[in-house]
This record gives sequence, structure tokens and C-alpha cells, in this order.
Amino acid sequence: MLAFQSAEFVQQIVSGLATGSIFASLALALVLIYRSTNVVNFAQGEMAMFTTYVAWALMDRGLSYWPAFVLTLLIAFAGGATLERTIIRPFERKPPLAIVIVTIGLLITFNGAAGWIWGAEVKPFDSPFPNTTWEIGDVAISSQDVGVFCVCIMTVLALWAFFNLTSLGLAMRATAINPTASRLVGVRVGWMLALGWGLAAVLGAVAGMMAAPTVFLDPNMMLVVLIYAFAAAVLGGIDSPVGAVVGGLTLGVVLNLIGRYVEFIGPELRLPTALLILLAVLLIRPQGLFGHAVVRRV
Amino acid sequence: MRYAGLALKLALLAFVVGLIALVPRFASEFRLSQFTFVAVYFIALAGLNVLTGVSGQISLGHFAFVGVGAYTAALLMLGRSGLESYGLDPPGWLPLGDGMRGVFTIPLAGLVAGAFGYAFGLPAQRLAGVSLALATFAFAVSLPLVAKRFDDVTGGGGGLALPLPETPFGWDVSTRHWLYYEAWVTAGVIAVIAWLFLRGRAGRALAALRDGEIAAVSAGVNPTTYKTFAFGVSAAFAGVAGAIFAIEVAYVNPDTFPLSQSILMLASLVLGGMGSLYGVLLGALIMQFLPVYAQTPPLLHGSFSKESPAVVFGVILIVIMFVAPDGLVGLLRRVLRPMMVRLRRHPAATDETTFGTSRRAET
Repeated sequence: MLAFQSAEFVQQIVSGLATGSIFASLALALVLIYRSTNVVNFAQGEMAMFTTYVAWALMDRGLSYWPAFVLTLLIAFAGGATLERTIIRPFERKPPLAIVIVTIGLLITFNGAAGWIWGAEVKPFDSPFPNTTWEIGDVAISSQDVGVFCVCIMTVLALWAFFNLTSLGLAMRATAINPTASRLVGVRVGWMLALGWGLAAVLGAVAGMMAAPTVFLDPNMMLVVLIYAFAAAVLGGIDSPVGAVVGGLTLGVVLNLIGRYVEFIGPELRLPTALLILLAVLLIRPQGLFGHAVVRRV
Repeated sequence: MRYAGLALKLALLAFVVGLIALVPRFASEFRLSQFTFVAVYFIALAGLNVLTGVSGQISLGHFAFVGVGAYTAALLMLGRSGLESYGLDPPGWLPLGDGMRGVFTIPLAGLVAGAFGYAFGLPAQRLAGVSLALATFAFAVSLPLVAKRFDDVTGGGGGLALPLPETPFGWDVSTRHWLYYEAWVTAGVIAVIAWLFLRGRAGRALAALRDGEIAAVSAGVNPTTYKTFAFGVSAAFAGVAGAIFAIEVAYVNPDTFPLSQSILMLASLVLGGMGSLYGVLLGALIMQFLPVYAQTPPLLHGSFSKESPAVVFGVILIVIMFVAPDGLVGLLRRVLRPMMVRLRRHPAATDETTFGTSRRAET
């Protein structure tokens, strides 16, 4: 009996890691934009949802999964960068409220547009991974969970490599830290910001396509995921990429375990619990687990 | 001529109040109930204006506080016996009373929602700017879930049907008319309270904090006290709106208070114009009528699907931020101010110069 329980415990952790990796991808997208432009992009989830619909439309036209996947990532990148150049850029030096409103406008627009173009009814979304389970001892691990986890983590690692091993990545990091100085040494700051939005859109597209087989495709599919991603990003520290990933994975596992084992909370109250965790962390450590405390000069 | 501005302001106020008072004469019962909702939204937006427009804190979850107010009013109107007759089992410590007339629940709903807002604002003060928006966003999503979970008090997803509203005290007006007057009188009271609040010490302190926190703090303004206070006041207004909402609809349900309404609220306030009560009024009209008209846009013929209003609304929101970041009121002001100046200069010019010269001559 006890062996069975511990096996289930491990299973819960594994599936928690899979959902957590989706949160982590979207949280990383938020952090990426926040670090470079100081904007919290409320439309991030809806952009992810929209690109997932694009992937669905491509597959509906007869493309097989992985070509559609890659093509969607390219479209997402172009779309994200275009959005920054055209809509976000004019608000760069405006008060934060203006940008928040604009991203909310984008949220509403994308949400409405997806329903308008593709209809509001829920659609199934194919999974690239076989629907099998692997038995390791007593523990049954679904290949679906492993696949989702691997794709998300590989994307994150690829991004890490891009930021740390290429000169373009270095330029982007420099822009995030000190745009003025970067401009002086010849970095094209505006394009770096657009690049950041593009990469964030790519991360969102990955998160959306990985989430879609389980939550199904509908215009509101990413709204809840976005909130978990926010919680993950704040938990890890809104300016820390490592924090976003760790925060996302932790949140995924913790929520899964709480939803399963704490009777009072159950699956229904997982989201409010995430909110409470968020508030508790912020009370004790306002900068999050890995974030940097903001020091204000007077 | 010093009083020309004041007279103009009073004339505008009298015009608006007169317009509101005359609506019931001409509007059908259906229109009247729409305009009752405008009053509800006016109150709620006046609350959001205190928070976002004056104190500069962004709330993406304010309709959740409307929900808190609506549920407070609903529970008080039904009372313990009413809830038990639905087969619900509210815990014994809840002071539910045994059924209350709708009107009297309005201030109580404001108090309860205000307490919620204050309690939420206290930890949220540690979240600067955007994080606060996130926390309120999460609050708005959580509240319907919590309401569904504690279904032995709230009736869960099925909602609670309330006693149908009726005209009290044997007055000779239809129920719709009574609700309209009830809503707008409350809105008037709220407008006065909001005006006094913003004109007074607290309003100035909040505006100072918004415009330059460091300077304000150096001048002795305690940011936490005032910002939390603003949160409480704005939630209390939202709660008042919620009570009227519940009375008008005679039904509450967790899904009546979704996140999308909270977002619509912030968007409407920004479109109307933050920081001024006329902006709030325009915002309330936008919140009630734009989603309806966006469904059948007047210029584009043909029927749109259910989702097109969202697209139209979103695009309008972005465009407004481009062309008129201060909302419609800001836009009107920018258009009207040159006209006003000219108006004032022409007849007034002679007057003022003679006044000036005569004074100079005296000295």
C-alpha cells in the first residue's frame, strides 16, 4: 500500500514537472520582455494562444506536426518582433499605465480575433508524442509528460545558449542592463528590444503548443496558464530568467501535489492557492527567490 | 469674469444632472434598465478612478470587488432563513440576519467590500506598480473559483436567486423607475463623496504620491497608509455598485463577475478619461454601450460573430492610447480649451484690461 502511494507521489511530481515546464516557458517569456523593456506583457498568454491556433491551421492545411511546429515558431518570432516595432515602441517612454493598457488592448484583440477567425468552440489539438506510459518499477510515467518537459526545457536551454554563447545574445543582455551605454558601443538597441519580443513570442508559442493537447484549443486556454506563469515569474523574481524556470517548475509540482493530497483545496482551488503563495512570497521576499532587490536612490 | 469658469462648470453639472433626471420620461423600460447599469458602472468606475486615476495603482481585478459587494447584498437580502430554504448550510458564525430590504444592504456591501479591499491592499502595497496589477488580475480570476468552492454559502455555480425588487413605501412609480432613481441617487452620493475625497487631504496626498513619490514622502506623506486607504475606498465604491447590481438583476452567480468584466472596467475608465468624474461618467456609458454597439458596428454592415466586439474594443483601446492617452475627456478638453480661451478673451478682454489699467492707474 505504501509502495503504491509513493509510486503515485512520484507520478504526481513528474506530471507536475510537465505542467511546470509549460509555466516556466511562459514565465521566461514574461521575464525576457520585462528585463529588456520593463513591460509586463499581459498579452503574452493570448499571443501564445494565437500562435497555437496558427499551428492548428497549418496542420489543418495538411502539414505534419514538426514542420508546422517550426513554421509556427518562425511566424511567432516575426509577429512578436513586428508587434514591438509597431505598437509597443511608441509607448517606450510613456508612463507604465499606458503600456499596461496597450498590452491589455492586445490581449482583448487577440482573444477576440482567435474566436472570430477560428470560432469559439473547443478544438482538439494533436500531440506529437505517443500516448504510451513507461513503467519504471511501480511508477508509470506518461510519455506525454516527458515529451512536454523535454521540449520546454530544450527551448529554455537553447535560449540560454543563445544569450550566453553568441555575441547577439551578449548585445541583448547588455541592452537589458544599460541601454544607453549599449547604444554608445554600437548596439542597435531598438532592434534588440524587437528581438526580445520575438523570442518571447517563440517561447509562448512553445508553451501554447505543449499545453494545447491537454487543455484543448480554445481562445481562453492560456488565460489561466498566464496567471500561473505570472505567479512563477514573481516567485522566482521578475527580473531573473533562472528564477522564472525554477519558479515555474516548483509551482507546477507544488500545485499538483496540493491539488492531489490536500483535501480542502482540491483541483478547484489550485489557482487561488497559487495567488496565496504569490502574496506570501512577496511579503517575505518582495524581490522573489532569485530576483534583485530594487534599491532606490533618493 | 473670474466666475465665468465656475459658472460654466456649474452649468455643465446642472445639464448632466438634468439629463439624468429626464431620462425616465423618455426612455422605455428596457432603456431605463440599461441606464440603471450605467449608474452601477459609474459608481464602480468612480472607485477604480480613486485607485488608478488618482493614486496611480493599476487594478485589473476591480470587478471582483463588485462581486464581493453583490454577494454581500445577496446574502443579507436572503438572510439565514432564505439561504436555508435553498438547502444551503451557511456556517453559524456568519451574521446573516433574516432578510433585509435591498436598499439597506447598499452601505453594508460597501463596508464589506472596503474591508476586503483594505485587507488585500495591505500586502499588495509591497508590490510596486505592475506587480499590483498582476496580483489584482489573479484576484479577479480566483474569486469566482472561491465562490464556487464554498457553495454551502454562495450556492455555487447555480447562483442565488434573490427576491424580486419592488417599489417600497407604497410609492407610485414602476419598479424599473424606482431602481433607476435608487441607482442614480446612490451614484450622486458617491460622486459627492469621491469629489470631497479627491479635493481633500487624502486626494492631494495620493496625487502627490503618484506624481513624485520621493518628493511626497520627503514632505511627510506616508505612502503605505494612503495607498492602502485608497485601495479600501475604491473597493468600497465597487461594493456599493455590486449591491445595486445584485438588487437590479435579482440574481448572483460566480460567473457574473469574470475577469473580462474587470478588464473591460479598466479599459472603459481609460477610454473615458481618468482623474475626472466626467471621464468616469463617459467611461460608464462606454462600459454599458460600447460592447453592445461593437457587436453591430454602425458603419460596417453585415452581422458579426459573437467575438467581434472584443476585436473592435481592443483595437479602439489601442488607438485611443495612441491618439488620446488622456481618454475622451482629455481629447474634448484639448479641443475645447482653445475655444474656451477665445470665448473668454473676446468679451472679457476689454473688461480685464480696463480692470488692470485702472488698478495700475490707482497705484
